[in-house]
Amino acid sequence: MANASPQQGFWGDLRHDMPAAIGLCVILLIVLAAVFAPLLAPYDPAAQSLIKRLAPPVWMTRGSWDHVLGTDNLGRDVLSRVIWGARVTLLIGAATCLIAATLGTLVGLWAGYRGGRTDSVLMRLVDIQISFPGILLILLVVGVIGPGVGTLIGVLAITNWMVYARLVRGIVSSTRQTAHVEAAEIVGCRPSRVIFRHILPNLVSPLLTLLILEFTNIVLAEAAVSFLGFGVQPPQTSWGLDVASGRDYLFIAWWLVTFPGLAIVATVLSINLFAGWLRVTTDPEEREKRFARSLAARRRRAVRKGANT
Amino acid sequence: MPDFILRRLFQGLLVVLGVTATVFVVTRVFGDPVSLMLPLSATDAQRAAFAAQIGLDQPLPVQFWRFLTDIVTLDFGDSLWQRRPAIEVVFERLPNTALLVGAGLGLAVLVSIPLGAIAALRPGGLVDRLVVSLGLLGLAMPQFWLGLMAIMVFAVQLKWLPTSGFGTAAHLVLPALTLAMTPIARFTMMVRAAMIDELNKPYVQTARAKGMSLPRILRVHTLRNILVPFLALSGWEAITALSGYTVVVETVFAWPGLGLTAVQAIQRGDLFLMQAIVFVIAALIVIIGIAIDVAAKSIDPRIELN
Repeated sequence: MANASPQQGFWGDLRHDMPAAIGLCVILLIVLAAVFAPLLAPYDPAAQSLIKRLAPPVWMTRGSWDHVLGTDNLGRDVLSRVIWGARVTLLIGAATCLIAATLGTLVGLWAGYRGGRTDSVLMRLVDIQISFPGILLILLVVGVIGPGVGTLIGVLAITNWMVYARLVRGIVSSTRQTAHVEAAEIVGCRPSRVIFRHILPNLVSPLLTLLILEFTNIVLAEAAVSFLGFGVQPPQTSWGLDVASGRDYLFIAWWLVTFPGLAIVATVLSINLFAGWLRVTTDPEEREKRFARSLAARRRRAVRKGANT
Repeated sequence: MPDFILRRLFQGLLVVLGVTATVFVVTRVFGDPVSLMLPLSATDAQRAAFAAQIGLDQPLPVQFWRFLTDIVTLDFGDSLWQRRPAIEVVFERLPNTALLVGAGLGLAVLVSIPLGAIAALRPGGLVDRLVVSLGLLGLAMPQFWLGLMAIMVFAVQLKWLPTSGFGTAAHLVLPALTLAMTPIARFTMMVRAAMIDELNKPYVQTARAKGMSLPRILRVHTLRNILVPFLALSGWEAITALSGYTVVVETVFAWPGLGLTAVQAIQRGDLFLMQAIVFVIAALIVIIGIAIDVAAKSIDPRIELN
């Protein structure tokens, strides 16, 4: 990584980890589907057609190419709904993660930098909120305030900022002791300069990894809350919502529940595959471990081959 | 030790206080309990009477004090839906949830320890890669979707098990399996990673050098060493399950536990019942947290509690 250009290192390294490379491709596909949904989707996701109700996917006997993944109980095209669903899911995930990460990072920076009483009060607050009953409180809040995308983003962000605060605070309080931060303080840098110029860069890679992993948690949480009927509301589309509405047709139309669910699985799985690789690659210690493991595996293989011949 | 328990109890009290404050602010400041709980057809006089009955005509600090004292005495008011004290409903449903979570987590423990250990014996081998792939898949599947898929295959197609409901042991199988999926995946990954670390330590080499068999090394040394982090993880998982995905699993399988009751309470605008559920779950979370810490300390005396 040190002698190659970072770009080359990134792609070259990723090539050696097939699952991670496939993961990244699937992520890009889903993002593209979300961005270009109006162009890609063959039908309006809300367009109903009562004569084409519950058409099966194309490879089944009654299926046709008109509706590749079939239609739902109102004759809406399942493929189009899955494509449009990517939009809502990614939007909610990204917005929630950004708000939660910003809030958590600010709190973590403040607590870690100030130390002392500020630190213990803020971190106690984090401890307390981490023990809150997550989804139940979300249901209570949504039940009282009323469902909607805005409410959902707000509530998910407020229930998820603590992990970022913990991570940032831990790194800040350890980097505060390092020589370069002390030097910056001694030459008289203002606290804001020390924080943003000398401490924040140390946070980029762990924060990025956490952000990506948290994104999958938000996707799953949004799907669950929407499935329960307290998240995204019709006429908007969401994968969780579509699984819920397909539930009543479980006995006669398996495709209604299966495909939106598969979209969730594909999203979360590919992000996790990519994030696992990213975590190892951006962490020097983990890189070394990975190198040692591959060396050991190679040696074992060589030994076994020697024993066989 | 008693010192530590007291301190943790105090911290737990803060958690419950925090939940109380949050619920109070959400329901009284952001929301309006009267319009939430009374039907649209209620007259102004009925609304005013109801507001006075639950103390909404008092200033906010007085309301909060009353709210707090009610909770301390476990008086959450009557459930509008069930027409009896909310806490009674909660205690009636709680054993069902405990049964489901206990069965699911117990299954996860039984499956994941051998699975993780086998995978760790040869990292990067075929079995290991299979286990890791299954683990990643398990973590990516939403519980509600897996549950519906399971119903479709085992109840609708094969007709082996009932689709949903409660009563016999057969009713427990699918919900418990669905609930167990996430913990199985998470536990297995953890056991695998910890075992790989552990098996590379010098003491394992020593034990092998003096002729100890691998199963015995696992049983006597390595598995014991990962017991404490495993315990911590399973406690954490129990907490996540209780406050999160149990709701989903119970809804999918119509399992009459606290999670399903919570969803029904919110759908019916039954605020008092919902509050009671939130508090009992919050208290349970605190108790589980303390129990796990105490258990870890009694297994491994090196752990410092503070």
